[in-house]
Amino acid sequence: MACRNTTYHRPQSIAEACQIAGEYGIRGRFLAGGTELLIDLDSGRDRADQLISLRDVPDLCEIRIEAGELRIGALATLSAIATAPDVVRALPALREAILTMGGQQIRNRATIGGNFCRAVPCADTPPLCIAAGARLEIVGATGARTLPAADFFVGPRQTVLDRSEILTEIRIPVPPAHSGASYQRFSLRHGMAVAVAAVAAVLQLDGDEITSARVVLSAVAPVPLLVGECTDLLVGRKPVPDLFAEAGTIAAAAAQPITDLRGSAEFRRELLAVLTPRALNEAAARAKGEAA
Amino acid sequence: MTADRDSSQENGGGSGLPSGAGETHGVGRTNRDDEPNQTGMSRRGFLKTVGLGTAAVATVAGTSAPAAEPAVAITPEEMAKITLVVNDRQRRLLVEPRWSLLFVLREKLGLNAAKEGCERGECGACTVLIDEQPRYACLTLAVEAEGHRITTLEGLMQGEELGDVQHAFAEHDGLQCGFCTPGQIVAAEGLLRANAAVTLDEIRTGLSGNLCRCGAYPNIFRAVEHAAQRRQTGGKS
Ligand SMILES: Cc1cc2nc3c(=O)[nH]c(=O)nc-3n(C[C@H](O)[C@H](O)[C@H](O)COP(=O)(O)OP(=O)(O)OC[C@H]3O[C@@H](n4cnc5c(N)ncnc54)[C@H](O)[C@@H]3O)c2cc1C
Ligand code: FES
Ligand code: FES
Repeated sequence: MACRNTTYHRPQSIAEACQIAGEYGIRGRFLAGGTELLIDLDSGRDRADQLISLRDVPDLCEIRIEAGELRIGALATLSAIATAPDVVRALPALREAILTMGGQQIRNRATIGGNFCRAVPCADTPPLCIAAGARLEIVGATGARTLPAADFFVGPRQTVLDRSEILTEIRIPVPPAHSGASYQRFSLRHGMAVAVAAVAAVLQLDGDEITSARVVLSAVAPVPLLVGECTDLLVGRKPVPDLFAEAGTIAAAAAQPITDLRGSAEFRRELLAVLTPRALNEAAARAKGEAA
Repeated sequence: MTADRDSSQENGGGSGLPSGAGETHGVGRTNRDDEPNQTGMSRRGFLKTVGLGTAAVATVAGTSAPAAEPAVAITPEEMAKITLVVNDRQRRLLVEPRWSLLFVLREKLGLNAAKEGCERGECGACTVLIDEQPRYACLTLAVEAEGHRITTLEGLMQGEELGDVQHAFAEHDGLQCGFCTPGQIVAAEGLLRANAAVTLDEIRTGLSGNLCRCGAYPNIFRAVEHAAQRRQTGGKS
């Protein structure tokens, strides 16, 4: 591993980390799990030369439920999140989304913050967090801010963070009673293969009526795509398979997929027409208490 | 990549900390600063930098851990004094900030079981346990591994005897050329430590981070299945 000519910083607090990052600007990168960063530095794709390790910064790995929110520290590893009792109880679909990612070695090292901040279109944790209404806590050299996860992504590998800012926490409202979530993903293999297309869905029911619905698409647009038309279609209606199939057609039309080595744009649209109803059916079953 | 690796050896290897220099056994000689806290993360900034050069290297053997300082920075021209806990022994080392744990294990500590395959987190040949969990040593900087417990395949031996997963691989021919085998065994060990009651499907997806170019998968999975059964029945079957 040749992270050429990098200086390694090990700040002991968030303030220190932000200050160092602010000082070095585009030359600096925060090091979380390193599963993206070390490869990018090694290949020369990323030319930063100041590594700012977050390993000693306190309190960034916590996972807990507080004040009606599932709070996940940005430095929590994917496997810590997937096995956290609070996550398994409050949002099992997040665990399922995580278990589709990489292999055990990657999940034991990679962090959820790194997954957000690298901002690749096929990242697996943001879609469900966005669908569940997550907010992100951000701290920078000039202060802190909070923002909806849906507003975090600007383009492939681009986020709203400035160079001194650290994503510190992901806060997901604990899903209320009679709600359900699902993450449906297609990849060319089970394990160690990124998504060709994926759909996150969160539904809330009141008796036989959908009262809120959010569908977010992954790997089919420059950023995770919250499909407002699906919400418009679903809210106020009965949760039946025909309606969900219609939502699939809408999702396929809303997507802006590209053709790459994993699949053509047409294939991705076809996938959305299948994955969207699947996600909605599972979310509805969970909301009704019919599925685990 | 290779050319760069070679020059790094000139710098680091040339100033030559003999592998194992200054090592002590894990029990007994511990330093409070070096101890992981409850979360397994070492919180103190006890990194100490050392400029490249013989004088600095000569001081290494007798040092005690320096006091914590705020935000240590190590430049590419400097080396860091770190202590790694590898297979229950403390190993004190000088490392360049960019060195991977894999490089340090193989080239500085002479622990050659973990293999260098892809060096980009895809093949699993370099798998080691860090705090009981399988991780890629190629995707871990040595400085970042400070304060964590590292177990390599060598550490799974029971004295001169093979460990149980190793035994199962031998019994079931879980290999052909053997290059991927240390990684497969350590990954399987991590999987079974987390949960010995695994199904065949869980073994297959659990080991998806380990590739075998020889395609010995059926026998690898059978070996791990057998090792899992033995653990559940307390060594019998
Ligand atoms: C073999 C392999 C398989 C993979 N499979 C998948 C997969 O299936 N699905 C998927 O989504 N991803 C996958 N990934 C990608 C990667 O593992 C994830 O994106 C991971 O979550 C990144 O986290 P990290 O902690 O390793 O990030 P790092 O590499 O440490 O950081 C990534 C980037 O984010 C920045 N950063 C990190 N944390 C913060 C923070 N808290 N605040 C501000 N900036 C920050 C860093 O500076 C860097 O630029 C895979 C990677 C590999 C190597
Ligand atoms: S050498 Fe580390 S995963 Fe291939
Ligand atoms: S036995 Fe040859 S690579 Fe697996």
